[in-house]
This record gives sequence, C-alpha cells and structure tokens, in this order.
Amino acid sequence: MSVDTATVRRIAYLARIGVGEDELEGLASELNKILAWVEQLDELDTGDVAPMASAHDDVLSLRPDEITDAGNRDDVLANAPAPADGFFTVPKVVE
Amino acid sequence: MEELTGLTIAEARRLLDAGEISAAELTEAHIEAVEAGRALNAFITETPEKARAMAAASDARRAEGRAGLLEGIPVAIKDLFCCAGVPTTAASRILGGFTPTYESTVTAKMFAEGAVLLGKTNLDEFAMGSSNETSCHGPVVNPWRIDGDNRPLVPGGSSGGSAAAIAARMALGATGTDTGGSIRQPAAFTGTVGCKPTYGRCSRWGIVAFASSLDQAGPMTRSVRDAAIMLRAMAGHDPKDSTSARREVPDFEAALSGDVRGLKVGVPKEYRMDGMPGAIETLWQQGCDWLRQAGAEIVEVSLPHTKYALPAYYIVNPAEASSNLARYDGVRYGLRVDGADVAEMYQKTRGAGFGAEVRRRLLIGTYVLSAGYYDAYYLKAQKVRRLIRDDLDRAFEKVDVLLTPSTPSPAFITGERSADPIAMYLNDVFTVTGNLSGLPGISVPAGLSAEGLPLGLQVLAPAFDEETMFRVAGVVEEAAGFAARPKAWWRSTA
Repeated sequence: MSVDTATVRRIAYLARIGVGEDELEGLASELNKILAWVEQLDELDTGDVAPMASAHDDVLSLRPDEITDAGNRDDVLANAPAPADGFFTVPKVVE
Repeated sequence: MEELTGLTIAEARRLLDAGEISAAELTEAHIEAVEAGRALNAFITETPEKARAMAAASDARRAEGRAGLLEGIPVAIKDLFCCAGVPTTAASRILGGFTPTYESTVTAKMFAEGAVLLGKTNLDEFAMGSSNETSCHGPVVNPWRIDGDNRPLVPGGSSGGSAAAIAARMALGATGTDTGGSIRQPAAFTGTVGCKPTYGRCSRWGIVAFASSLDQAGPMTRSVRDAAIMLRAMAGHDPKDSTSARREVPDFEAALSGDVRGLKVGVPKEYRMDGMPGAIETLWQQGCDWLRQAGAEIVEVSLPHTKYALPAYYIVNPAEASSNLARYDGVRYGLRVDGADVAEMYQKTRGAGFGAEVRRRLLIGTYVLSAGYYDAYYLKAQKVRRLIRDDLDRAFEKVDVLLTPSTPSPAFITGERSADPIAMYLNDVFTVTGNLSGLPGISVPAGLSAEGLPLGLQVLAPAFDEETMFRVAGVVEEAAGFAARPKAWWRSTA
C-alpha cells in the first residue's frame, strides 16, 4: 500500500494539520518510506494472536463516582489563549 | 564548587547528613554550573530563584530532623513534566506560553522528599526523537567530543537535556521519560546511568502524554545507586493514573548487594547486529565475562521476533501520539492561530505549532488508524507486540535478567542522521522491546568506543523486578569501573 498526494491531503485534514500544497509530494514520499518499512510485519502470520493494547495486565479499577476536583475555573482558564468572561472562546460556529 | 558538582547523590546525602555541607551551598554550586554550561543548551528554563528558596527550606527541614529521600539534592526535570508555576513546553511551539497550575505526581513526590529544582531540561519535541535535534529550542550538545575533533555530537534523545546535564555535572539527578529508549539511549551516549522502570511503576499524571501505553518516567544519574535512590522517590501508586501499579515501592538501594552468584543472565542471540561497531560487540562480551567472574551463569536465549519490534513500535507509537496530541486545539492552552472558522483555526494552529517529526508521526498515526487501514496496520502491530512480549516471557522462564548493548552505536555527529527518519529510528533497536513489553531496563556506562565515546550496557529484568535489575547493574558498574569524564570545554566558551 502506498499513499499519494490526495491521501496525504485527506489524512492531514483528518489530523487537522494545515499542510501546504507544495509540501504534499515530499510528505507522500517520506510516509511511503516509513510505511514500506513497517510493512515487513506482513511476513508474520498473526492469525491466532490476540492483540496487545497495553503492558498493563491488571484490570483497570473504577473509582467511586465522587467529585474530587472542582471549583478551580481560574486555574482551568489560566492558559487559554483567548478566554472571555470565564469561558473558552472559539470562532463563531453558528450564524 | 567543582567538587560539589562532582558528587553522586549518595555522597551528597552523606555530607548533608553529616552537616559538612548545606543544601544551599550544594545548590549554589549547581546554579553556577548550569549558567556556565549554557553552550550545551541542556536547559530550556532555569529556575535559580526557586532553587535557592527550595534549598533554604530543605536546610530548615533538615535542622528540624525531617529529611526526605532526596533532601537537598539539586535535580533537573525534563520539560515534559508539569511543574506548577514553571513554563512547560515539551520543546514544542504549540505549548508556547503554557505554565501549568498543577504539579506532576512524580515531581510532587520528589519535591516532597526534599529535591531542589534547578530547571527544566531540553528534549526532542514531544519526546519524539533519538538525538534531541527536533526541539523547537534547538539541539542539545553532548558534553562528550570525539578525541581531537570539535564537531558537536548529539546527546541522544529524547531526554538529551537531562543526560547532558548529568554528564556535564550540572545536576546530581534528572528525570527522563522513556517511550522507546528515551532514557537509556541518551544515558548510553553521555556515559551516565538511565533507568526505565516497569510500566506502571511511576505515575504518568502531569507528564505531557506521547504514547500512553509505552511512556514511563525514570531517573538519570551518575551511578546505579543514585538511580535506585531516585526511583524510590519517584515511584508509587497514584489514583490519578489508572495504569499506575498498586504495589509497594521497595527500597531499591537495599537490593545493591553486589551478589549475583547463581543468577542466570540471558544473552539474546538476535541482538548481534550486522554493522555494529566491534567495540560494542567486545564490550558486550566483556560484560558477560564480568558477570561470569562474579558467579553468574551466562545463557544464550532467543528472541525470534526482535527484527519486528521497531516496525511494530512505529505503528503503535504514532497511532497513540495522533490520539494524544489531538488535544492541542488552540482553545484551552498553548498556541492559537486564528482562522475564519473552527476547522481553519485548528489547522493553522497545528500546522504552525508542530515541527516536522511530530507532523510526520501524527500523519502516520492518523493513517494507520483510519477506516480501511486499521486492521492492516494497527491491529497487526498490536498482534506483533504480543509476539514480542511472548518472546521475552519465554526467555525469562530460563533466565533472571538479560544483558544487551544499550545502543547499536555511540553518539553521532549533529545533523548526520536527521535527513533519514528510519536511520534515526534504528537507534532504539535494543531498548524498544522493553517498552513494548513494559519491562524495566537500565543502561550502565561500561566502556569507550574507538573514538573515545561512552558506550552502555543494558540490563533488562522481568516486570516489577527492578531489584534484580539494579543488583546486576551494580555489579556491571563496579566491574567496568567507568571513570572517564568529558573535558569541560563548554566552560571556556560560556
């Protein structure tokens, strides 16, 4: 499998990373080299193997459903690039 | 001053306990060393005023008879750990202006045990790299140089600033994080000790997330004993990280008995790589001889899926990174580049904020997780991950630890490998299995290359058996007697 410039444009959009039209060709070539290298995994028959998502073997535990962290709005907003009136702001999404 | 910065943590602890030096003096000597070492670009943020205040508080605590495990020890923190009130950048433009209002669990524990913060160290952007060249703050320079050659060398990565700071006597200990080798490889490149504990040993809470099933924090020091001391202060269960292990933290230092008689040490035959420098092969053999002479038995083992570890890693790692780094949206913290609508703001912010290697990984990660490719790449890699773990489980049925080289080469010249991502990825060939399987590993400086650069040997142990890992590493360290130090050339250029 190899990616073309249209695929790079599509995955860049999915990742929400702005990529210039003039960069697509170079990126496709870089990504294809990496994909060709990882595709050596196809040499292995993994039909019956259970996928391993984590090295953590224990079952994740649940905590009590209690509020443990609240009332710190100013801390939460302290690093927001454009806060207003105690809120995060984004460009207008509803006309 | 020089003699204070040349101490190990264990030696400094003894002098502090005996009242022969104060935390204030020790800290002042290190503040001077950090300033004198700016040519190495090891620190992104220096915190001298905070260090002085913390040292004074430490001396006061000690006077009251309350001394923690790291009481008065000046440390450097990789700029991936959030420290309250100190800018945290992950060496990325996208976190420009970010100053956390909270403290990571690991640093909170260290400071509660008396450690003194000297500053935040440089790293590859979001810890994605093996040479510290992808930092938006510029590359870190390795304190070591090839004999008779002044070209700058990389310190390894991603914890390259921490490694350089330790090697250049700018801190007694430093934190690193290791996702594929990012503690052990820079330790090997700088003649220092770097330990990645078992996945789950240290809380990941408050550490900028990269690849969450692989990331683990650990100590970087100038001796195995120091790593054991520091890990004890860093480790422990944290309710805020669901993957942190509910286990008691042993006194790792007490495990350094020096006695490896009867232990079985495995040597994986697949780790003999074509093109590996002869000095590394020789050193590895020497490491086996040292352990044999100390009474251990050397056993050849097979890890048949070794060659597939890095390709599997370079699917799992970017996949997790693309998910984790989705949070950088220009809304809640960090950089924002305005756009006509939300989608354009995201794209412009992330396009401007991420460097080339981060962008490459996020695109790969997005691709391997996208509809139609998930099974062929991501699921396949997860299955191969299981095979690699099974290899190790089988090996550890026969042996107590594994001994391997830490890296397939010594430090290389800055810029030499940055054009070829895959050549860079191969740095982690001996370390990455530890991350995929979650096992603890430590790199110990053990010898010099033909060019006079440090080389490390790695000890890998079964999950949560850091005690045996430290015990064996201590014997390797003792036998190697590694005493070489980089010449302090950076002081004359400061």
